[in-house]
Amino acid sequence: MGFSLSDQHQLLSKIANNDGHGENSSYFDGWKAYDSNPFHPIQNPNGVIQMGLAENQLCFDLIQEWIKRNPKASICTAEGVGEFKDIAIFQDYHGLPDFRNAVANFMGRVRGGRVTFDPDRIVMSGGATGAHELISFCLADPGDAFLVPTPYYPGFDRDLRWRTGVQLLPVICESSNDFKITKAALEAAYEKAQEANIKVKGLLITNPSNPLGTTLDRETLKSLVSFINEKSIHLICDEIYAATVFSQPKFISISEIILEEDMECNPNLIHIVYSLSKDMGFPGFRVGIVYSYNDEVVKIARKMSSFGLVSTQTQHLIASMLLDDDFVESFIGESAKRLETRHKVFTWGLSQVGIGCLKSNAGLFVWMDLRRLLKESTVEAEMELWRAIIKDVKLNVSPGSSFHCLEPGWFRVCFANMDDETMEVALRRIRAFVFQGKEVEAPVKNKRWRNNLRLSFSLKFDEGVMTPRMMSPHSPIPHSPLVRART
Amino acid sequence: MGFTSSNQHLLSKIATSLGHGEESPYFDGWKAYDKDPFNPTQNPNGVIQMGLAENPLCFDLIQEWIKKNPKASICTAEGVDEFKDIAIFQDYHGLPEFRNAVAKFMGRARGGRVTFDPDRIVMSGGATGANELIAFCLADPGDAFLVPSPYYPAFDRDLKWRTGVQLVPVPCHSSNDFKITKAALETAYEKAQEANIKVKGLIITNPSNPLGTILDRETLRTLVSFINEKNIHLICDEIYAATVFTDSNFVSIAEILSEDIACNRDLIHIVYSLSKDMGLPGFRVGIVYSYNDEVVNSGRKMSSYGLVSTQTQHLIASMLLDEEFTERFIIESAKRLATRHGVFTRGLAKVNIDCLNSNAGLFCWMDLHRLLKESTVEAELALWRLIIHEVKLNVSPGSSFHCSEPGWFRVCFANMDEETMEVALQRIHTFVHQKETVVPTKNKKLWRSNLRTLSFSSRRLGLDEVALMSPHSPIPHSPLLHART
Repeated sequence: MGFSLSDQHQLLSKIANNDGHGENSSYFDGWKAYDSNPFHPIQNPNGVIQMGLAENQLCFDLIQEWIKRNPKASICTAEGVGEFKDIAIFQDYHGLPDFRNAVANFMGRVRGGRVTFDPDRIVMSGGATGAHELISFCLADPGDAFLVPTPYYPGFDRDLRWRTGVQLLPVICESSNDFKITKAALEAAYEKAQEANIKVKGLLITNPSNPLGTTLDRETLKSLVSFINEKSIHLICDEIYAATVFSQPKFISISEIILEEDMECNPNLIHIVYSLSKDMGFPGFRVGIVYSYNDEVVKIARKMSSFGLVSTQTQHLIASMLLDDDFVESFIGESAKRLETRHKVFTWGLSQVGIGCLKSNAGLFVWMDLRRLLKESTVEAEMELWRAIIKDVKLNVSPGSSFHCLEPGWFRVCFANMDDETMEVALRRIRAFVFQGKEVEAPVKNKRWRNNLRLSFSLKFDEGVMTPRMMSPHSPIPHSPLVRART
Repeated sequence: MGFTSSNQHLLSKIATSLGHGEESPYFDGWKAYDKDPFNPTQNPNGVIQMGLAENPLCFDLIQEWIKKNPKASICTAEGVDEFKDIAIFQDYHGLPEFRNAVAKFMGRARGGRVTFDPDRIVMSGGATGANELIAFCLADPGDAFLVPSPYYPAFDRDLKWRTGVQLVPVPCHSSNDFKITKAALETAYEKAQEANIKVKGLIITNPSNPLGTILDRETLRTLVSFINEKNIHLICDEIYAATVFTDSNFVSIAEILSEDIACNRDLIHIVYSLSKDMGLPGFRVGIVYSYNDEVVNSGRKMSSYGLVSTQTQHLIASMLLDEEFTERFIIESAKRLATRHGVFTRGLAKVNIDCLNSNAGLFCWMDLHRLLKESTVEAELALWRLIIHEVKLNVSPGSSFHCSEPGWFRVCFANMDEETMEVALQRIHTFVHQKETVVPTKNKKLWRSNLRTLSFSSRRLGLDEVALMSPHSPIPHSPLLHART
C-alpha cells in the first residue's frame, strides 16, 4: 500500500501542514550551521560560536552552591525524599502554594520591592512559549490580531499564532529615535487593521525588549496604557528579561505604572507573561507564568494551564530556592553585575573595530549595527552579510529581518551564553574579519574610512580608541569582504 | 472612572465557553471531597476520595530506588555537577536518554513483546497535553473523532476545547460487557456523515477508563480494519498499560501492527504517560508516539508548548533505564493492584454489589442500576448525591463518562491505604445494611425474591445476606428504600 506525499498532507490537519511553526525563519538557519559545526575550545576550536541563543549562563556557580547547601529543596536527596510521594502525586493546577508564593516573591524582588504580586494570580504554563499561547487563547478569537512593536522575538509568530489562528500586526519602530514605540506608530497600525477589517484585541510588548535590550521609559509606558484603555484592548507585557537589567535607567514594570495615581487604567486589560528561563537561566525547567489583573482571565487561564503545568518536582525546587530571600537578593545583584561586565567587554570589543550597538541596559544580547557594511539597504544584502558572518567569521548571530526589523543591517548578538574565553575568541574573530583589508587600497581608504566611522559612531564610543596603529596598512590579514562593502 | 466588572466581551469565545468541562458532575464530587476530606485521625467522618484514579501503591519501591541512585538527581551532591547542562537544555527532542528510557519502559510494560523507537517519542504536558496535541495534528476545527462510550470525561476538554474538534460517541452496552462492535462503529460513522461532519479518527483507551477492561485481539483487529477502510486515524490511549493485573496479556496496538495485518501505519498513534503506570501525575510526563513521520515531525514542534522539565527528564531517564528496577516495579505494581482489586470487589460482592469483570486500571465499574428509582440520568444523579452525602464516598457517576445506561459508577481503589479502603467498605456495608433492615416483613420476602431472581448476576451471594435483612436494625429509614418500593 503506497501513499503519496499529498495523501500524507490529507491525513494531517491544516495547522500541522502549514508553516506556522515558524522554523523556516532565518532565525533558525544559523542554529543549523552551529549544530553541524559547534565550537569547542579544545575539540573544535574552529567551529561556529553560538551567539544566537539568548541564554543566561553566568550565575550557575551561585545556584549550584545553593543547591548543595539546601538538600531539602530536592525530593531526591536523603533529606528530601520523604516528600517524594506527596509531590509526585500532586497535580492540582493551582500549583504548590509555596511555588506560587515563591514566584510572586521573586517577581516583587526583581522589581526592587516597588510592587508586590498576588500569589493567587500566578498561573503556570509550559514555559513562556506556553504562556504566550495560553494568553492568546484566552483573549482572542481566530482571525483577531495583536499589535506588536518591531523588531520582536521571532518565536512570537509561532507562540501567539500557530494553533490559535490569531494574527500579529507590526507596529513599526525605527532607529531614528532608538526604536521607541510612538503613539503615531500605534495609531497607524491600529487604523491599518481597522481598514483591513481585522479586530485588534490587544498590544503585546516585551519589556525589557528582545532584541533591543532596552527598557521602556515611564512616558512610553503611560502612553501605551492610555492607548489600550482608549481602544479598550488588552496590554500583554512580556517581562521575561526583568532581572537582566544591569544599568541605568532602572526597570519600570507595568505593575508599577498601573499603581500610579494619575494613571487611569482598567486592570482587566493588563496581563504579564513571565518565566525563569532568562532571569534564572533555567529554560530546561519550563517555568512559564501568566499573571493577570483580570479575575476571569486568571480563572480560565488556570483551567487551561492543565495543558502545560510545571513539573511538581521542579515547582518544589523553585519554591525553596525563591523563598530564600538572602539568596534571591544576592543572586539578582550578582547576576546584574556579571551581565553588565559581559556587556561592557563585548560592546567595547566591538567598538574597537568600529562596530556600534544600540545603547542598551538589559537583556542577554546587543543589537548590533552593521548597516554601513551592507552593499545596499535591502534584506537580501543583510542576508548576504549574515551568511558571510556565519561562514567566514564562524559566528551564529541573528539577522534583524528575522525579528521583522524594517531597517536592514541590524543583528542581535548574544553574549551571556558562553564563558569569558569563548567571548574573547569571538571578539578576535570579529577583529580579524574587520581588519582583513586590501593592502594596496588601505593607506588612502583608511583616512576616509576613519572619517566615515566617526560619522557612524554614536557619542558613546571613546574615539581615542581608534589609534592610527589599528589602521596600519601593514597588517598581514588579507582583504576582508567587510572592507569591500565600504567601497 | 469606574470600570464594570463585566468583561465577558474582553475574553475569547474559547475562554467564555464551557469547553473546560468543569461543570461536569465528575468534578462535583471532588468539590464535596475538598470541603470535607477524610482523614483517619483528624476527620474520620469526612468524604473518602474514590473519584481520583491515582496509583500510589508502589512509592516505597520508588523511594528506595531514589535513595540508592543519587546521581539521578541534579540536586544531590553526586549529581549537582550536571545541574547546569540539564537546566540549560531546552531542545524539544528531549534528552536522548529520556527518550531511550521511555521507549524501553513502554516495551517492558508490554512484556517485551514489542519495541519502541526512541525517535518517535514526542513530549507533551502530561496525557492532557498529549491528547490535545494529537488532536491539533490530525483534525481541523469542526472535524470529529469517534470515541467509544463510556469514556474519560476530560477527553471533552483535552480533545475539543481549544482545538474546536468534536467527539462523536460510539455507544457500548453492558449486554455484551461494553465491547466495541463493528455495528456501533459503522452507525456512529454514518451518523456523522449524515450530519456532514468529517470524521478524522477513532480514539480508544486501552486498558479502558472507566471499564478497567482490555481489548481482545479480535476487537483490536476489527478496529484496525475499520479505520483503514475509512482511511481515518486510530489514537490509542494506553496510559493504563502497566496496570493490567491478571494473567490475561495486554495486547497493545503496537503488537497488532507487528502481526500480519494490512494497515497503513501512518494512521496509528499512541498516547502515553507516567501518571498512572508509575503514579507520577505531578511530573507531567506525557508522550505522543506516532508511526506517522509527519506527525512526529509536526508534533515535535508543537511539543514546545508542553515540554517535560529537564530536571524530571533526567530523573526519569535514570530510573527507567534501570531494567532490573522497572522489571520488578511492573510486576510488584500489578500484584498490589490485583490484591487491592480483589479486596474491594469481594467487599462489594458481600453486599451484592456487582462490578464489571475487569483486569486492569485503578478502579471498578460498579453496577448500581437496580438501586435506581428509574432508569434515568436524574435517578442516577440522585443516587450519586446520596452516596456522596450519606455514604460519604466520592465516586463518579456513569453519566459523566457518557455512559448510555444509567446506574454505573466508577470507583477508584488504588489511591488510598488499606485502612481507608476498609473504612470505605464498612460504610458501604452499613449503608446497604441500613437500607435493607427497615423493609417490612411482607416486602422483605418480596424484595429478597426480587433480588434473587431479577437483580443478581450469577455471582455468588454473600454469606451475610440473612443478617443484612434483619428488621431489628436501629438505623432509620433510608431514602434508598424509597427507590426500591
